[in-house]
Amino acid sequence: MFLSNDITQNTEMLDRHVVQPADPQHPTILSTEDLHVYYGKKEAIAEGDLRFASNQITALIGPSGSGKSTFLRSLNRMNDRIATVTGRIMYRGVDINQPDIDVYEMRRRVGMVFQRPNPFAKSIYDNIAFALRLRGVTDKHALDEIVETSLKQAALWNQVKDDLNKSALALSGGQAQRLCIARAIAVKPDILLLDEPASALDPVSTSQLEDTLLELKQHYSIIIVTHNMQQAGRISEYTAFFNQGRVLEYDTTSHIFTNPQVQVTSDYVSGNFG
Amino acid sequence: MRRLFDDELAELDADFTEMGMLVSEVVQQAVDAFMNRDAVAAQKLIDHDHEINQREISLEQKTFEMIALYQPVTTDLREIVTILKAVSELERAADHARNVAHSAIKFGSKQKIPVLEQLIGEMSQITTQMIREVLAAYVNKDDQAARVLAEVDRKLDQLNHQIRADSYQQMRLDPAFETGASIYLNVAQDLSRIGDYVTNVCEWIVYLKSGQIVELNPANADNAN
Repeated sequence: MFLSNDITQNTEMLDRHVVQPADPQHPTILSTEDLHVYYGKKEAIAEGDLRFASNQITALIGPSGSGKSTFLRSLNRMNDRIATVTGRIMYRGVDINQPDIDVYEMRRRVGMVFQRPNPFAKSIYDNIAFALRLRGVTDKHALDEIVETSLKQAALWNQVKDDLNKSALALSGGQAQRLCIARAIAVKPDILLLDEPASALDPVSTSQLEDTLLELKQHYSIIIVTHNMQQAGRISEYTAFFNQGRVLEYDTTSHIFTNPQVQVTSDYVSGNFG
Repeated sequence: MRRLFDDELAELDADFTEMGMLVSEVVQQAVDAFMNRDAVAAQKLIDHDHEINQREISLEQKTFEMIALYQPVTTDLREIVTILKAVSELERAADHARNVAHSAIKFGSKQKIPVLEQLIGEMSQITTQMIREVLAAYVNKDDQAARVLAEVDRKLDQLNHQIRADSYQQMRLDPAFETGASIYLNVAQDLSRIGDYVTNVCEWIVYLKSGQIVELNPANADNAN
């Protein structure tokens, strides 16, 4: 199939199948309504109405340029300076896409971990304590406790507990990425957004990261962009398939990988795309 | 890599269809051997049964390999799972065909019982036709045909019940018929089981097409209720 960057072409012909989560155990924590994202005049997300279940992992998959990362970054207003985002992003009854929202406070609740591990050029301890100090936590005992809890939740504590004052830049890729997760969860967010967090990691680190995410979903709601189909299959409860700026299919991950309703989804997850 | 997978899947599909045709032939030969009381043909069939078992093992190994190497999903996964499951059903159907061949030898020159002979003939015809049609349904990925075929299995079950009743009746009428009638019972049971296995293959064809796991076997459905 020819993949055009111009999403106004062909999309009307594409079927859509969107089944929103409806699990009383995991009520919706975040939803988007009529979300559109424009880079200049170019529309990158033409239709992004999704509901995300709390304490579950939702995977966003799709080919390069399909809009999944743009969508993810919109969820905590990371696109504010580079794109125009219209529509509502509802979080606990509040539209966090409104201009008067305190973006920094909102990002404390909706944290982000990026594709490449990006620890600060500081000690392991200070990587985590940095944001806390900015928020006025100065008590050493309180800081110690949060640093330890965050590192434990990110499954890094046992490896670094004796080296907390060493530079974070000396960590391996997998460890650095888990440090970034520890840093994100230190400020106690509700939601963790992850943009291909394992794409720069080797298989062992990837497996450890996935184990960490499965543990973390007990405390956080996780939305992850991944190019790794098996990863989406392994860790997520729900999967949204993006193509040409639209969500073509959204369903439980098991449905998406065994019996998708839209042919393009089937082609994509089977590696039969193009 | 995708092209490689497609080639291997096509090969797997062809091997499975070939095994299906072999099982279809074996079932036909088994019922012919019984109807004609042809001990030589029956023994030949029994001697070649291991070939079907080997094909089953080889197809299973191939499916395991493809799952491990390519981690297929959606329709690819369903096709491989269908073959993996259906291949066992076919092998079991062939085992029952082998039993029918044994019955042909065991019956020897005992006196035939016309009413049972006719009913067995009817069952044989339905069974061999079912197994031919299930292969066609698989090749054409025709889930509707598979559902229709599963309905035919009911007729096979009815005939089996009738043969059971008539056999007991014959045994009561004349104890001399006892051994012969019990062989008819066994053959009817074997043919009925072959019908059940064909129905199971039909269920996998429905799964292949729709992703839905269904119960088409009336006997199992009754148990479920």
